[in-house]
Amino acid sequence: MTESAEKTDVPMDNAGSDKEVVFHVHGVTKVYQMGEVQVHALRGIDLDLYKGEFAVLLGASGSGKSTLLNILGGLDSPTDGHVQYAGGDLTRASEHELTKYRRYHVGFVFQFYNLIPSLTALENIAVVTEIAKSPMQPEEALQLVDLGDRLHHFPAQLSGGEQQRVAIARAIAKNPDVLLCDEPTGALDSKTGIVVLEALQRVNQELGTTTAVITHNAGIAQMANRVIHLADGRISQVDTNETRLEPSQLSW
Amino acid sequence: MMKSLDIKLWRELWDMRMQALAIAMVIVSGVGIFIMSLSTLDSLYETRETYYRDNHFAHIFANLKRAPLSLVKRIEEIPGVDKVETRVMAYVNLDVEGFADPISGHIMSLPDNSRGLLNQIYLREGRLPEPGRDNEIVLSEEFVQAHKLKPGDKIRATINGRRKALTIVGVALSPEFIYQIAPGAMFPDPLRYGVLWIARQPLATAYDMEGAFNNVALTLSRIMPGGANEQTVIDRLDDLLKNYGGIGTIGRKDQFSNRFLTEELKQQRTIATIFPVIFFGVAAFLLNVVISRLIRLQREEVATLKAFGYSDFAVGMHFIKLVLLIVSLGVIIGIGVGIWMGKGMSNIYMVMYSLPYMIYVLKPQVIIAAALISMAVAVMGTLYAVYSAARLPPAQAMQPELPAKYHTTLVERLGMQRWLSQPTRMILRHIERRPLKSLMTTLGIAMACGIMMVSGFQEGAINYMVDVQYGMSQREDMIAIYTEPASKRSLYSLQSLQGVEHAEGFRIVPANFKFEHRFYRTALHGIEPEGSLYRLLDTNLDIIELPEDGVILTDYLAELLHIKTGDMLTIEVLEGRRITVQVPVAGTAKQYLGLNGYMRIESLNALLKEGYALTGALLKVDDRYQRDIYAELKEMPRVAGVVEHNSAIESFYDTIAETILFFTFISTLLGSSIAFGVIYNSMRIALSERNRELASLRVLGFERNEVAYILLGEMALFTLVAIPLGFLIGYGLCAYMAFQFDSDLYRVPLVLGINVYAFSALVVLLSSIVSAIMIWRNLADLDMVAVLKSKE
Ligand SMILES: Nc1ncnc2c1ncn2[C@@H]1O[C@H](COP(=O)(O)OP(=O)(O)OP(=O)(O)O)[C@@H](O)[C@H]1O
Ligand SMILES: [Mg+2]
Repeated sequence: MTESAEKTDVPMDNAGSDKEVVFHVHGVTKVYQMGEVQVHALRGIDLDLYKGEFAVLLGASGSGKSTLLNILGGLDSPTDGHVQYAGGDLTRASEHELTKYRRYHVGFVFQFYNLIPSLTALENIAVVTEIAKSPMQPEEALQLVDLGDRLHHFPAQLSGGEQQRVAIARAIAKNPDVLLCDEPTGALDSKTGIVVLEALQRVNQELGTTTAVITHNAGIAQMANRVIHLADGRISQVDTNETRLEPSQLSW
Repeated sequence: MMKSLDIKLWRELWDMRMQALAIAMVIVSGVGIFIMSLSTLDSLYETRETYYRDNHFAHIFANLKRAPLSLVKRIEEIPGVDKVETRVMAYVNLDVEGFADPISGHIMSLPDNSRGLLNQIYLREGRLPEPGRDNEIVLSEEFVQAHKLKPGDKIRATINGRRKALTIVGVALSPEFIYQIAPGAMFPDPLRYGVLWIARQPLATAYDMEGAFNNVALTLSRIMPGGANEQTVIDRLDDLLKNYGGIGTIGRKDQFSNRFLTEELKQQRTIATIFPVIFFGVAAFLLNVVISRLIRLQREEVATLKAFGYSDFAVGMHFIKLVLLIVSLGVIIGIGVGIWMGKGMSNIYMVMYSLPYMIYVLKPQVIIAAALISMAVAVMGTLYAVYSAARLPPAQAMQPELPAKYHTTLVERLGMQRWLSQPTRMILRHIERRPLKSLMTTLGIAMACGIMMVSGFQEGAINYMVDVQYGMSQREDMIAIYTEPASKRSLYSLQSLQGVEHAEGFRIVPANFKFEHRFYRTALHGIEPEGSLYRLLDTNLDIIELPEDGVILTDYLAELLHIKTGDMLTIEVLEGRRITVQVPVAGTAKQYLGLNGYMRIESLNALLKEGYALTGALLKVDDRYQRDIYAELKEMPRVAGVVEHNSAIESFYDTIAETILFFTFISTLLGSSIAFGVIYNSMRIALSERNRELASLRVLGFERNEVAYILLGEMALFTLVAIPLGFLIGYGLCAYMAFQFDSDLYRVPLVLGINVYAFSALVVLLSSIVSAIMIWRNLADLDMVAVLKSKE
């Protein structure tokens, strides 16, 4: 898999039906009860995500992107419908099983980094690798995001972009099967954003990690295999990119 | 405008209801114990004053051998004397049907058709004896109740060697005997000691006191003539009685029963000062932490309110109101609890002391003080936090607080890092980031542990006193007290009784001990130098060899007189030829009860220039013959009374068992309220502060218990450090109380058994576990999704 890292511009349209399905989402709805009012965050989602693909979720604010991603990550459960991961049904999993799922299979990256302020960069990664099954060395993970020289800095001593890269290193250090990112560049300027996206792309290609990224930035969609458009709780459109762009080539 | 702020207030209070309740509980404890001890104190004072006044409790008391009634005139002439009453009194042996143990009685004369002029009895039931009737008595209520007697029942007394059946015609109490204890006994024992009153004439006849008296009491004029005061009257009376075998005149403050009550009041005052201080301190600390946190969470809201034009004062008042609401809740419940405990305490005093009634006094000042102090302390505790919130310029407040700064901790820098998991590092760094708060939290929990130890301490002290006094020092089974000094031969007749294994004589003479300008009136004991029944012990509880000459003093007496070993003590004997001698102090002995001087019995007799004389004997007897021996002793005219310690100790434990239970219950309540208040609140705040961190960890795949470890681990660490610290604080508190309680009547030994430590630690641990369980439940509500949506 590591060889494919060289061929970054190879179209991955073969990430189609013949590819192994990692997530099988079927008829998922999510309704939030807000007192008298019902908020339909998701209104019936059918979607498959394939092994090794890089998918981008696009959509207006409030269209349900985060809700969907959180359900995929086992942080939330749908009101109706099923989500299958590697053959198992997440919607039927217990709290304990979901915790194990997150622990061993999922890497998360969030808009606000969510680092532990009392732990250094290295320790923020170690906190995950200590409980994972076959993790990489924390130093190695930081190397991947070009932060090999910031090991002993506390989050308060790092810039936003550096914190986000630590968060990515933390997400990939356990060698997760899927990487879920909710607006990873949302709080960053374009230059820093590109550095972060390069880190994500590198992980996706070098480790073959299935990656789903939420963004508001349509430009980012150009580096994906597939672009999934959400509108009002439904999938309105799915585009497959013939050619993927390097992050540095993106028009921000 | 204010309306909506108030709605916010109530909503916030509701959201933090458990925390508010935990703080309120600490305030409840503080207010409760404050009101309990002060109202008990006031009640005791009021009851005592009323009782003394209504029953004309005398100011000055004196015992003597025998004086003619004509002396009364001369006593009345002493400047400053108001009323004088003389009495005849004696110690007798009593006999109650169906009760085999020795009972000693204190019998006193009553004037015809009168409850007395001074020290009037309080007739609870029945009537006074008919004038001149030698078989009618009024009996003390405690004794009547202990033996379940009633008017009309008969008891028997050995009056001056003659057995006599006496009919109970009345049941009474006396201001002279609020604390009823047999002479020489350690504890009150209503089963084996009673006070009885009988018409004067028959008693005088029996003791050859017709036209005479051996006890006198007097009151002082309200306005004293120039130069006269209590002490001058005492001295004059002493002079007057010298020739009539006077054994010392005392003022009210030295009257035995009154002294005990005074000591008790002193103890209540100590309790009323230490404990509320601790509770209010803890409450202030808790409010400070909780309100500071609340304000930190509401920075932006505060800014918004101010941007809308609310004044600093309005914003400040908003938080102050919240504090006052919590405190009010605590104060209101605390007043209720305080009254309930105060009444409970007063009832305990009613049981422990012979009081005819208890006037429960709850002064409004006490309630107002409790409320004001708690409010003031609470507001002071939160003022700084509120002040900084009110002062914050809106623009600055709108900005989120800077991210928390952490450092690697000392432990890690010392190279322990390798062994610490990341969650453990989180715990250590969090503790080190707020050293003061961590310290205060630990101290708060330690206080809880310390307070718990106080209740156990009292019980342990009593056990120890009994062990030392009766297990090691005084080892006789019975004491026979003679009516007057007898020769050594009296000992042989005791020894010859079947079942008596061993007998040792002793001699006690009343004496005044003087050194420099200090003096203390007590008794000089002559004991057998190589005796096995009465032994003096040093501080290490080793037996002291009685020196050939010289006197051994109770250690506390030596301290009181500021006299050291080798100094010359002046002893004024208050009996017989009333000689004054100088004797070197040969050492001090550890004793918890009373203050005495001790010498070899021969040395004492030599000093008095009298032959070998005994005033009583200590007996070691075969259990099987104990009853028979007692029966025979009663028949001996020479024996005025028999004292048996073992049964007295047992019945004492029975009486105090309930009291101890009450105290243990209360202090457990108090201790756990502090422990719970501190631990639960700290954890809640830690949870709120670290909510984001912990939720993030859950997202990363940490189990609930792994996340709980970070929160509870910190608390566990605090608790574990707090317990030994609490032991130290508890030891200090007990030492302080023991020191405060020390008096010439008794010294409270500072003994803390392992069980006291264990129980205190247990209560703290349990409170900690209960808080942990509640926090564990809260952890289930950790919202992983919400925490990802927002920046801190
Ligand atoms: N906890 C909740 N309670 C009630 N409604 C919610 C909750 N979380 C999300 N919603 C609603 O569900 C809908 C979808 O929210 P979601 O967060 O998935 O949107 P999004 O696509 O991620 O938007 P954005 O781009 O702004 O992050 C919105 O209308 C939102 O108001
Ligand atoms: Mg979103």
